[in-house]
Amino acid sequence: MSTVTATPPAQPLAAPERGVVAPKVSWRVPGITAAAGLLALLAFGVGAPSGAHSRFDLSFRTDAVQLSPLVVPSQVTNIVIGVVCLLIAAFTVAQTVRRRRTPMWLLAGFGLLWVFAFLVWAVAGKQTSLVDLLQGSLLLAVPLAFGAFGGVLCERSGVVNIAIEGQLLVGAFAAAVVASVTHNVYAGLLAAPVAGYLLGLLLALFTVRYAVNQIIVGVVLNVLAVGLTSFLFSAVLKPNSARLNTPPLMQPIAIPLLEKIPVLGPVLFRQTVIVYALYIAVAVLTIGLFRTRWGLRVRAVGEHPEAADTVGIPVNKVRWRNVVMGSATAGFGGAFLTIGYIGQFGQEMSGGRGYIALAAMILGRWTPFGSLGAALLFGFATKLASVLSVVGTPVPSQFMLMLPYVLTVLAVAGFVGRVRGPAADGVPYVKG
Amino acid sequence: MKLELRGITKRFGPLVANDRIDLVVEPGQIHALLGENGAGKSTLMNVLFGLYEPDSGQILIDDKPAKIKGPADALEAGIGMVHQHFMLVPVFTVAESVMLGHESTRGAGLLDLDAARRQVRELSARFGFDVEPDAVIEDLPVGVQQRVEIIKAMARDAKVLILDEPTAVLTPQETDELIEIMRQLRAAGTSIVFITHKLREVKAVADVITVIRRGRVVGQADPGAPESELAAMMVGRSVMLQVDKAPAQPGEVALFVRDLVVTDRTGARVVDHVSFDLARGEILAIAGVQGNGQSELAEAILALVPATGSMVLEGRELVGSSVREVLDHGVGFVPEDRSHDGLVGEFTVAENLVLDLFADARFRGGLGMDLAAIKSNAEARIAEFDIRTRGPEQPAERLSGGNQQKVVVAREMSRPLRLFVASQPTRGVDVGSIEFLHRRIVAERDNGTPVLIVSTELDEVSALADRVAVMFRGRIVGIVPGDTPRDVLGLMMAGVPYEEAQRHAAEHPTTETLIEQDPSAAAAAGPEEGEVP
Repeated sequence: MSTVTATPPAQPLAAPERGVVAPKVSWRVPGITAAAGLLALLAFGVGAPSGAHSRFDLSFRTDAVQLSPLVVPSQVTNIVIGVVCLLIAAFTVAQTVRRRRTPMWLLAGFGLLWVFAFLVWAVAGKQTSLVDLLQGSLLLAVPLAFGAFGGVLCERSGVVNIAIEGQLLVGAFAAAVVASVTHNVYAGLLAAPVAGYLLGLLLALFTVRYAVNQIIVGVVLNVLAVGLTSFLFSAVLKPNSARLNTPPLMQPIAIPLLEKIPVLGPVLFRQTVIVYALYIAVAVLTIGLFRTRWGLRVRAVGEHPEAADTVGIPVNKVRWRNVVMGSATAGFGGAFLTIGYIGQFGQEMSGGRGYIALAAMILGRWTPFGSLGAALLFGFATKLASVLSVVGTPVPSQFMLMLPYVLTVLAVAGFVGRVRGPAADGVPYVKG
Repeated sequence: MKLELRGITKRFGPLVANDRIDLVVEPGQIHALLGENGAGKSTLMNVLFGLYEPDSGQILIDDKPAKIKGPADALEAGIGMVHQHFMLVPVFTVAESVMLGHESTRGAGLLDLDAARRQVRELSARFGFDVEPDAVIEDLPVGVQQRVEIIKAMARDAKVLILDEPTAVLTPQETDELIEIMRQLRAAGTSIVFITHKLREVKAVADVITVIRRGRVVGQADPGAPESELAAMMVGRSVMLQVDKAPAQPGEVALFVRDLVVTDRTGARVVDHVSFDLARGEILAIAGVQGNGQSELAEAILALVPATGSMVLEGRELVGSSVREVLDHGVGFVPEDRSHDGLVGEFTVAENLVLDLFADARFRGGLGMDLAAIKSNAEARIAEFDIRTRGPEQPAERLSGGNQQKVVVAREMSRPLRLFVASQPTRGVDVGSIEFLHRRIVAERDNGTPVLIVSTELDEVSALADRVAVMFRGRIVGIVPGDTPRDVLGLMMAGVPYEEAQRHAAEHPTTETLIEQDPSAAAAAGPEEGEVP
């Protein structure tokens, strides 16, 4: 018998040529930028009344240091912006032809320029306050952002939180009542997350312990929150409005030095504790989810619960904890609706913000920073609609009011890039 | 570490998956658990790993009873497991996957990724793995993912490593590399429990073989025992390992496929300009490692996924047709996943047997269905295909895997066909049913039907194919004769062209092939390399 060699040690073979996998060229970005650029040049630029100026106030009337308002010639400014926008669009076309991606910051810059052109056109011959617009956007974004954070916490662990709406509502209710009774806004601020937490306990009980369909439980909890608060509102709050539903409002606290930054200082750093809590929350959540042991385990549970289980992570305990934490976060955001902004509790005052928060979370791709950005975008759209309806623009204000919802539909339908949530989101984990 | 299972019993409802199983794994030993699909091997290991709680029985570690309530206890006790379906988070990096569950931190719960990277590099160097700690799991080929799983277990100091059907996703060459890794681990003192139903691999690597059949240990076998003996133990009777088939009598070409392209949602071409011909009366097998476009190719033929290019079956273009039109043109299709795509589990056997024939004149009665015809059809098929069922009215989900598959095949063959396509026709099917299904497929060929088989099992490809088309990353690497040796097919499955594969296979035969040629090599092919006289 001839000599045979026993197994040679594993030898990687020369890597064969990879089958060319050419990704489909998407003309979406160049198409949208080119169309938007043309619109900016022709409608906002050439179409603006010649000789008119647009005036933007850069300080609040109450500010100690008054900046002189920004006044620009409407037509000329927009023609310049329109040309710049078209140049950027041409660049995206070139990038697409070369199969490269256009950098994100350039697209963000494009968006800002375009929005500014729109503003210049809308207030041509009139005036509006830029700082008011910005601050209003931020304030409208606060409950959306907290709601979205609540969603991120739940969904990163694999539980869909449709009940954000209800959590905002009970948070708002609890904050108003407790603050009224105790005459202390901070007591109200503490009560809000507790209310959200209680609703979260129900969500966790049914979705994690009993593995009930998460969407159905969420919707039921929303209905429960609406019913409960509406009943208590008309049966208890209305007759005793003075004692139970006249909470004190949170007062803004200015942060020394930072508030002196021109334009942005007063907008960002002369705010209430809730807004500051938002800044802290976004940082804590980002680090928590992506840099800590806790976050790694939460993400593992949300992506592949079996894998987490096989390395000894108690899947349902992690989910239970995250669901109540997320619900408490959303409840905390609800406090802003009453003691942070409006004052009194009103029936169904959350008004669909929970669903918009959910959309913000998706648009923000399940990240805290993304969710905050999306919440700011929705806040801006809402504020713009109300500002422009006051100023009076060529665009009917009803269309402007539709804007946030149109954005939401587009976001949820996945039009904004490839949206990929946690793989096990919405799937109950039941052991073999 | 010595591991002992004593009288383990696990029931799922009325089904006894493990019936008083005893097993002893000695230190530094490769212990093969051999058994058919559904024999209860994986259940047993899931009990050992704490994923299932046994109804009775005991686990002993170093002769002391151990309490294993969950995977955490198992890991603590030094038991590691590489699951058949990898337990890796696709979006994590290698380092994150390895550290998950026992993360080292730099205070305040902040992850110490550098420590994890070091650990990955260290273990990867020790076993010669070449795994990059910052690579993302979903970008890695399955063979590398499996190594990540092994690193994961070793990072936790596993003394006993359970490998559950580890070769199901590998080419023969990758299997060979895995066998080498198993020997290295054994040399380093790790015991290995190797779960498989493939006789060849068991003979190549096992020190001890325990055979399990229908939830019971039927005995121990010697790795030197002939394959037919092992197969008989596994199945409970003597089995034919090869299908008897006459040489093909190909007729005229019936199916022309030209430049077929299927793109997935991300725009990547999963089937990339595939062309082939298929004649009446021949079986063409599409071989390849799972995920190289074979499944999509089969689905494209049935128009389940949109495709471009051309597919002409007996003068009719199939690209752009609807599924209904393709079926009506006489294409029989056995899908890859019978429980999802082949059957409606809650429906009865009789209903499943006419699932795509409800509009057929035979089963129509006015506006409704002819229930009597459906019932008599079911009785005929049950007899013809030897479907073991309590009757036509039993829900299909209650049948065993093999009998479910017989229902699907029986349905597809119960009308005149111009083309028969079967994707993984015998996956998860017992040996008895495999024999039966293979004989039916060959009979269909002999009736003059062109047959296309998609299979990731090389044994099945060799058993059935008259010609083999090997696919790699969406392309056909080559179309070769049905009797091409496994080693050559294995290399082609990794993208090596036919001539080069032939040359390489002749120079470097795999261990399994060597053993097949010369059984005495099994004893000699130990951890130490060298010349064997």
